[in-house]
Amino acid sequence: MYRSLLYVFLTGLGLTVGLLACDTPDPEAVTGTFVIQLDNVAGNQNLQLNTGTYRNALGESFTPTAFNYFVSNIRLIRTNGEDYVVPQDSSYFLVRETDPASQRITLKNVPYGDYKGVSFVLGVDSLRSTMDISRRTGALDPGSDHTGANGMYWSWNSGYIFMKLEGTSPSAPVDATGSNTFRYHIGFFGGRDTRTINNLKTIPVLFGTDVAQVDAEKVPTVLLQADVLKIFDGPTLLSIKTNPEVMISPFSSSIANNYAQMFAYRGKTTATLN
Amino acid sequence: MQRWQFFGVWISVALFGAVVSCQPGGSDPTTDPEPTGPKPIEYQTTPYPWKKPANFPEPTYAFSKNPLTLEGVALGRALFYDDMLSVNGTVSCAFCHQQGAAFAHTDHALSHGINDKIGTRNNLGLQNMAFYKSFFWDGGVQDLDLLPIAPIENPVEMGHSMPALLNAVRQSPRYRPMFLAAFGTDSITTDRFLKSLSQFMLTMVSANSRYDKYVRNEAGGQLSTDELAGLTLFKQKCSTCHAGELFTDQSYRNNGLSRANNNDEGRSLITLRPEDRFRFRVPSLRNVERTSPYMHDGRFWTLEEVMNHYSTNMQDVPELDPALRINGKPGVPLTDTEKKQLVAFLRTLTDTDYIADRRLSAPN
Repeated sequence: MYRSLLYVFLTGLGLTVGLLACDTPDPEAVTGTFVIQLDNVAGNQNLQLNTGTYRNALGESFTPTAFNYFVSNIRLIRTNGEDYVVPQDSSYFLVRETDPASQRITLKNVPYGDYKGVSFVLGVDSLRSTMDISRRTGALDPGSDHTGANGMYWSWNSGYIFMKLEGTSPSAPVDATGSNTFRYHIGFFGGRDTRTINNLKTIPVLFGTDVAQVDAEKVPTVLLQADVLKIFDGPTLLSIKTNPEVMISPFSSSIANNYAQMFAYRGKTTATLN
Repeated sequence: MQRWQFFGVWISVALFGAVVSCQPGGSDPTTDPEPTGPKPIEYQTTPYPWKKPANFPEPTYAFSKNPLTLEGVALGRALFYDDMLSVNGTVSCAFCHQQGAAFAHTDHALSHGINDKIGTRNNLGLQNMAFYKSFFWDGGVQDLDLLPIAPIENPVEMGHSMPALLNAVRQSPRYRPMFLAAFGTDSITTDRFLKSLSQFMLTMVSANSRYDKYVRNEAGGQLSTDELAGLTLFKQKCSTCHAGELFTDQSYRNNGLSRANNNDEGRSLITLRPEDRFRFRVPSLRNVERTSPYMHDGRFWTLEEVMNHYSTNMQDVPELDPALRINGKPGVPLTDTEKKQLVAFLRTLTDTDYIADRRLSAPN
């Protein structure tokens, strides 16, 4: 009887050790999760495709019908200067206004620490733009849906569209389909063999006095707003009437210079684990 | 059983419990179901014996990223000849790239797509693509693997969308075994689809014309007196641009075509550089006898018309390439005899082996 109890005890001990080995947090783990939530707006209003009407800096009213952009090469800026650079292969995100899930960028394996800002490339860098097709999957797959409003790839002039804003406006001329459309498709990574314009923008967004803490218990979510009105209002005032369609033209650089300033930090929340 | 043995068994059970509790799903590995159905075919490809012609430069294509196999080439060939690559199943790659015309479209000045839609440029013959740095008249695509997306998605060519096409290929009973044979699994991805097309296109090497046999001192490489005179003239007057064994320096130039009916700005639509306005690719002249009509808009139907353009009809446009302005005047002066000799030489660039090569024709 006494010995039987001993065996039961030993069995229990063995199972307990096993369970502990599985469930105890890895003492080596020093990374957590960081979330970037993007919110597309028009000035102080939420952006509504197809139904919202807004006014740009020149007073032209417009209704956006499509708004997409690539966020890539994300770097989290740490207060101690040891920035965290998201591994290249996991650092390409296509944000579409029609797809709320695409507006939430969840970064895993972020080192514990205090973060005071983020920087990213709006677009797809030249290296990735010219990389072997096998290294361009997911959002970068040239064989994924690039038709209509979803199109973010130029097949005839190999390259990605970094930012696309389309809409209707009484200021735009009537097109072949009878509607007053304007279309801004901004790309150009600098060229492969021949140097072309380069509309890639590295955009830092600092959190002001806020610090986003990543540790075993905390998952911060920082809220960044992208304001479409800034696409019209920056170093160059963009007129829908004068430039209803900008794609493959040098003027695309003026629009890129404007949208480089469209992002702003709007606060953070912190989820507590356990 | 001794007590110590009993004790050992308990310890073993306990440790086993600890081990299995860590396994994802916690299933007993010994009860895994036997795979059902026929045993998977062992994945083994056969390398394709691709050879650089002795008189050619080094290829530009990085074969290491897409090693050619008989299975991959066969898959690419099947796709190249399949009408399902167009949205309404009427137009394959071969529709506009016909082997008899060295994979050009001989009776069309401008590319002809689905529903009789007409493009803006004359299609180029396909050959020796392993050696090119860029593709199309304007050089808009610089990677052979990315090339097919352009005609597939062009609304006046094949008018399809890649995701819809890839889904159709996935559902076709024909292709799953071919992808399996070429790549080891039947997963059909953008990467595999495009690379198999590349594999087939890379086998399109034309290097067996009478001219090639002449320069390689091979049997059948005799050139007539007129052809030899044409070769000498060609080297003097044409080879600045139509350089080397590819018969192109792969640059973009303006050759003084009239813009009265066509204001296509060519290369600058890709680069946005003012200096590239109205420039077009210097095309290869291999198989030129077969690839009529000529120029980016197919405006000339015969080689004689081309000779007349270069000798007397060239326009003095500001963008004219300096190599084509001789003593301040546009054009390359040529006598009637010289034109005949040049055309005679150009005809020695026809590669009948290439045009008749069954490995490049429609699969059964």
